[in-house]
Amino acid sequence: MINRDRIKAFLTLLPSMILIAVFVYGFIGNTFWLSLTDWGGVAALAENPVRNYAGLSNYKELFTGFLGGGFRQDLVNAVYYSVMLLLGAIGTGLIIAILLDNKPRGEAVFRTIFLYPMSLSFIVTGTIWRWMLAPQGGVNILPTYAGLDPLKFRWLSSTGAIFEFNWQNLLQIAFYILAAVLIIGGLMSIKQNPTRALRRFLLPGIAVGLAAWLFGDLLPKALFMEETHGFNLATLGIIMATIWQYSGYTMALYLAGFTGISQDLRDASMLDGATTAQYYRYIALPMLKPITISAVIILSHISLKMFDLIFAMTGPDNAETGHPALNMYLTTFRANDFAKGAAIAIILFLIAATFIIPYLISSYRQRRTR
Amino acid sequence: MKKTIVTTLIAMAATLLLVAGPAQSTGHLSGQLEIFSWWAGDEGPALQALIDLYKEANPNVEVVNATVTGGSGVNAKAVLKTRMLGGEPPDSFQVHAGQELIGTWVKADRMEDLTFLFKEEGWMDAFPEGLVKLIGTDTGIWSVPVNIHRSNVLWYVPANLDKWGIKPPMSWDDFFAVAPKIKEAGVVPLALAQNWTANHLWESVALASLGPDNWDALWTGALAFDSPEGVKAWELFGKVLEFTNEDASSLSWQQATDMVVDGRAAFNVMGDWAAGYMSTTKKLAPGEGFGWAPSPGTGGEFMFLADSFGLPKGAPNRDNVLAWLALLGSKEGSDAFNPLKGSISARTDSDLSKYNDYAKSASADFGKDRIVGSLAHGVTANEGFMNDFASVMEMFLKSGNAEAAGKAAQQIAVKNGIGK
Repeated sequence: MINRDRIKAFLTLLPSMILIAVFVYGFIGNTFWLSLTDWGGVAALAENPVRNYAGLSNYKELFTGFLGGGFRQDLVNAVYYSVMLLLGAIGTGLIIAILLDNKPRGEAVFRTIFLYPMSLSFIVTGTIWRWMLAPQGGVNILPTYAGLDPLKFRWLSSTGAIFEFNWQNLLQIAFYILAAVLIIGGLMSIKQNPTRALRRFLLPGIAVGLAAWLFGDLLPKALFMEETHGFNLATLGIIMATIWQYSGYTMALYLAGFTGISQDLRDASMLDGATTAQYYRYIALPMLKPITISAVIILSHISLKMFDLIFAMTGPDNAETGHPALNMYLTTFRANDFAKGAAIAIILFLIAATFIIPYLISSYRQRRTR
Repeated sequence: MKKTIVTTLIAMAATLLLVAGPAQSTGHLSGQLEIFSWWAGDEGPALQALIDLYKEANPNVEVVNATVTGGSGVNAKAVLKTRMLGGEPPDSFQVHAGQELIGTWVKADRMEDLTFLFKEEGWMDAFPEGLVKLIGTDTGIWSVPVNIHRSNVLWYVPANLDKWGIKPPMSWDDFFAVAPKIKEAGVVPLALAQNWTANHLWESVALASLGPDNWDALWTGALAFDSPEGVKAWELFGKVLEFTNEDASSLSWQQATDMVVDGRAAFNVMGDWAAGYMSTTKKLAPGEGFGWAPSPGTGGEFMFLADSFGLPKGAPNRDNVLAWLALLGSKEGSDAFNPLKGSISARTDSDLSKYNDYAKSASADFGKDRIVGSLAHGVTANEGFMNDFASVMEMFLKSGNAEAAGKAAQQIAVKNGIGK
């Protein structure tokens, strides 16, 4: 009987398995194959275009080639953009959720207001914010209502950049990041298991960091010339618009989580003398860890796929606010360089996978242990 | 008696039909005609005038006006490519005449040769010879030009210039002589908008710096971008940029033109669609409300670009397209379209009385000036080069390093098969 059930289940699932295999994994495979070819240039759009196997040359060109500078800046932009969006949207969403969780008057109205931006399309959000962030209008003239001088900041066209680094030192920076991650991991677990934290995290972290600092010059250079990339201030406007749109969403996630926590738990902690801040810090938030993780995953892959908002706000060919997804579109459909476009797509896919696969593995494990 | 009258009437009607026959021979067409373009917004009415003419002649054809908005066709071209790759070509599509069409679609063997249509309609003589050469290759003619635009035009408001006591500059040196003064008065000397308008300005500046012979040599590969001449063009461009507005990258070209109209900026280098925008949308009189001159240092040179329509292989309604193309190239069609679009006709015999003062002067210049092709609008270079050039431009806007820009431009020229 079990066997028969299994067969039935298999048959029911088969159509969607086939469709997903073809239209998701098949196409990912196809894109990967295209990224290894030289499809592009003249006659790229012929009915039967010539495609020769070209190995990893597209990837090499993107990361170390002279003309890949635009892509590298876009990649750096995307990283900064993702980090800022995560901090901003989750932070803002959490604060609003905590405020609303304490049931102020008109809570339902506020909830709708904060969630509302979610229902707009990115093109609409982008157009509204482009107007609001215009150099001589919108946000910049707000202070004049209070009798102050108007702001001069060019939200979307500033050419300033902070946190700059030289792409040549990419390897060294990678080691620094590794060291930082190890040290932070060690510090976080030092209370529970001091020896393990020291041996596994702190000492290797410090060693890696020291080595990178001392011998960094010996590492091979990632590029033959100096090329600085940084966090472009013009991205701030786009980050603001995205946070505005998505903090309502994280608020809803957290609010649902808070409501799910039993009131008894809160009362008990209060009886034990916890303040409201302590309740959220030590009881509510740790319980909502799964929600935080899913918010991080959803937002990070949204930020990696971001296209329409940037396109609406600053248009194509704006290196200050570029994004790999935009670059991929222009490389593919404007320059007819299909192979390189595919390579950019695969790189984006791999970055997104680094966020999602660990999550999938851990949730799979959790389910098995249950 | 009655019978004879009836017979005469029938005979007359038959004769009329026979006579009118050839003129209305397109009237029997039916089905659909899908026209793919990026003419929406301000340019929509001009396209509509053409469609109306077409519908009059072919009432049974349902015209599908498929426009995808976006200046210079940024979005339309991508949509077109996905449709062509998917095996679903529109009946006829707008494309910049020259290398943009040839480099992408002709080299890919997706277009039908239109030489027969040009001969049938007598266009070999109606269009200037140089133009026919530029829109064709040695194996055929690939599209029908609807209009001619000029890229190297400097726009200003005469009343404002009088107020500031300056004259339109003849050369960039003239410009540098007056620009600091204007800047001190709190006016932007030269209004600029987002990235593609920087490319647009670059081609005017480079033409002034290089001269027409060297400009042409750039595109045959005879002159390298990183040669001393090429680098000098970038240096001049860098100097010009010092007198532009800092918020350029967040403006559209219309907003840059508005700056000139409102007196916030003195000059703007833009194609002559700006004339259409200022006269149609802004209701300014050509010559009084707004003035124009060749961009500094390019007097006697006419940097052209043309919109054209072609016939893709496998177009679903080929006969309807041929009737459409015939209308585009006709005197009637081009004189209905161009006055509204703010461009001039590609035909040498157009009826100038229908055009405004700007177009009349542009037409006169088109007849006598040295004709060169535009880079930013697809005449001289293929799409691969144009796309890469946009990133070279971004690099230059950020770094201001003329030598590096010249080197990068040469690299992309080699990569895209222009340079050697």
